[in-house]
Amino acid sequence: MGYKCIVCIKQVPDTSNITGEVMNRDGTVNRTALPAIFNPEDLNALEAALAVKDEHGGEVTVVTMGPLGACEALRMALYRRADRVVLITDRRAAASDTLATSYILSQAIKKIGDVDLVFCGRQAIDGDTAQVGPQLAEKLGIPQIAYFERFESLTYRAARVRRNTGSGWEVVESPLPVLITVLDTANEPRPAAAKRVMQYKHLTTPDELRARLKKGMPDATDAEREAEHARQMEKQTFLGARIEQWDLDDIDADLQWCGLSGSPTKVHRVQWIVLTKEGYTEVAPTEEGVRGMVHELIVDHTMG
Amino acid sequence: MIEPNRQGDVWVYAEQEDGNLHDVALELCGKARLLADQLGVRVGAVLPGWNMRELAFRLIAHGADKIYHVHDPRLEHYRTMPYARVMCQLIEKHKPQIVLYGATPMGRDLAPRIASKLRAGLTADCTDLDIGDHEEKSAKKVHKNLLLQIRPAFGGNIIATIINPERWPQMATVREGVMRLGDGDPGRTGEIIDENIEFNDFDLAVHVIERHREERKVDLKAARIIVAGGGGVGSEEGFRLIHGLAGALGGTVGASRAAVDGGFIAKDHQVGQTGTTVRPALYVACGISGQVQHRAGMEESAKIIAINWDREAPIFSVAHYGIVGDLRKVIPMMIKAIKARE
Ligand SMILES: Cc1cc2nc3c(=O)[nH]c(=O)nc-3n(C[C@H](O)[C@H](O)[C@H](O)COP(=O)(O)OP(=O)(O)OC[C@H]3O[C@@H](n4cnc5c(N)ncnc54)[C@H](O)[C@@H]3O)c2cc1C
Repeated sequence: MGYKCIVCIKQVPDTSNITGEVMNRDGTVNRTALPAIFNPEDLNALEAALAVKDEHGGEVTVVTMGPLGACEALRMALYRRADRVVLITDRRAAASDTLATSYILSQAIKKIGDVDLVFCGRQAIDGDTAQVGPQLAEKLGIPQIAYFERFESLTYRAARVRRNTGSGWEVVESPLPVLITVLDTANEPRPAAAKRVMQYKHLTTPDELRARLKKGMPDATDAEREAEHARQMEKQTFLGARIEQWDLDDIDADLQWCGLSGSPTKVHRVQWIVLTKEGYTEVAPTEEGVRGMVHELIVDHTMG
Repeated sequence: MIEPNRQGDVWVYAEQEDGNLHDVALELCGKARLLADQLGVRVGAVLPGWNMRELAFRLIAHGADKIYHVHDPRLEHYRTMPYARVMCQLIEKHKPQIVLYGATPMGRDLAPRIASKLRAGLTADCTDLDIGDHEEKSAKKVHKNLLLQIRPAFGGNIIATIINPERWPQMATVREGVMRLGDGDPGRTGEIIDENIEFNDFDLAVHVIERHREERKVDLKAARIIVAGGGGVGSEEGFRLIHGLAGALGGTVGASRAAVDGGFIAKDHQVGQTGTTVRPALYVACGISGQVQHRAGMEESAKIIAINWDREAPIFSVAHYGIVGDLRKVIPMMIKAIKARE
């Protein structure tokens, strides 16, 4: 028996790595120069699901919506013993805000079916909005428990969870299925298992492989590329896992609620902030310079 | 989904816990007052809970005209689903044009559930709100008097203004401290409307078994002096210097998100768009680059000292005193200079 767990994850640009080299001259970030990473709290969500499987048995399915490149995050989930991984990718899903995203994820989860526990990271570091989890729970018509710290108990009837309330903690009990958003303090995500990295690092979806071959074999003819594609996909069938790829039709999504048309929030305007320099008193990094500054701040009663 | 209702009021979700009103609810009443005056409508506040009628008067003092008071023992402790039911039913009944929530852990749990149910837009962590027109060029249409939801966007020094032109109410969350907390006018009058909400079994399916409150350890908002460390501090060890300077100044320790993500210090110390917004008398930024999300939370400090060895760091654009140098050398000098004065 065991529990059927679904984990929703996101691949995000590594915002902690915005260095000089990735800044454009106008002060914006060159997104393509930023490495893409597994959203940190989604790793905690995955860990929480894997821990349920370790203790009670069951199955962990990982779902992500994103471009083909997001397959990398799904492979990372396989390295950590996820059982099944699914990519939802579709041009028509582009420009989805959190509401449209939660609708699309809910359709995918309904297709997978029979879920007991849905886990999401509390928030993604590229937006910090923490909105998709609660919106997804509402779309699925199931309760939500935000800011999970640990299970106090878990039975087929109910989950008892200790959650962080910001001003302390509380223990709540919810019937299953339930959606849980996980904090980074909840657990220590396990590392990738080396054996599984070896096993799955070449696993791709057919489309991802096609895109890779286009880059990797620039001088080949289409026929040569197709032959290579067929050969590699054939090899992959022996790996014992696959990355499923679904589009919006596969999950029966109503296009009205996806992408731009499904997103009530729109961008009205984007402004670049012009930084004004020379507005400050430069203080020399010396004993004397610092002493002078401290003196001024004491005289004007800022300090002391 | 609710059609735009131009006569709709501006609403605030009045967050309370154990009968204590959250400051952010009062801050939002003040902002809602300004927005409502621009629109020529009134300010409503929704107050769900049990035995907290007297809180209504504080909301009125801070700018609310109508308090929708929902008094029910099942609302004694916050639970997502019954609270969402309250908000959705009242929004459908009274059709406000704007609903504001504090971006507290509770508000961030509640608001998206409501937005999903109503299929309305929601913008997180706004750093400013205003009213303005939006021209939809492709449809040759002008949407008048929309809520402009202003927040830093991912990607450097960019501020994005978000709107919800069609699917109302227009909803946003705002962090505590972003809007100023006014003094309140105890002489203001308003109306308290008692509302009754029907709950179904599903709404009440989650039970609170046990609760434990911890006093907030860091109170950045109340600090007169803040010494904040960033990614440049390098480690938890390195943060000893920051604690040392804060100690010498009698100040509180703050941090950038890079320092929090790096595990140098706990999340409650984070200053910025998704941390705390502060306006101390003195803010000392040590090894903080000063990205827009950080500046959004501290640039209104009365005096700012920036210590950074990169002359080009954007933190200097908001500084009053700039020290281009290694914080590991400069901070000990500062501590020494302060101690010498005593
Ligand atoms: C949605 C979202 C929300 C965010 N919310 C917040 C928020 O609330 N608060 C926040 O702070 N950030 C927030 N950020 C992150 C923000 O964009 C920056 O990444 C972050 O503020 C960088 O922190 P930092 O400047 O301390 O670190 P770094 O970028 O690592 O910069 C370190 C600085 O220290 C200097 N330095 C290094 N060593 C020394 C030394 N020995 N002496 C002197 N100087 C030194 C360097 O020159 C550099 O300028 C958010 C980002 C996103 C996408």
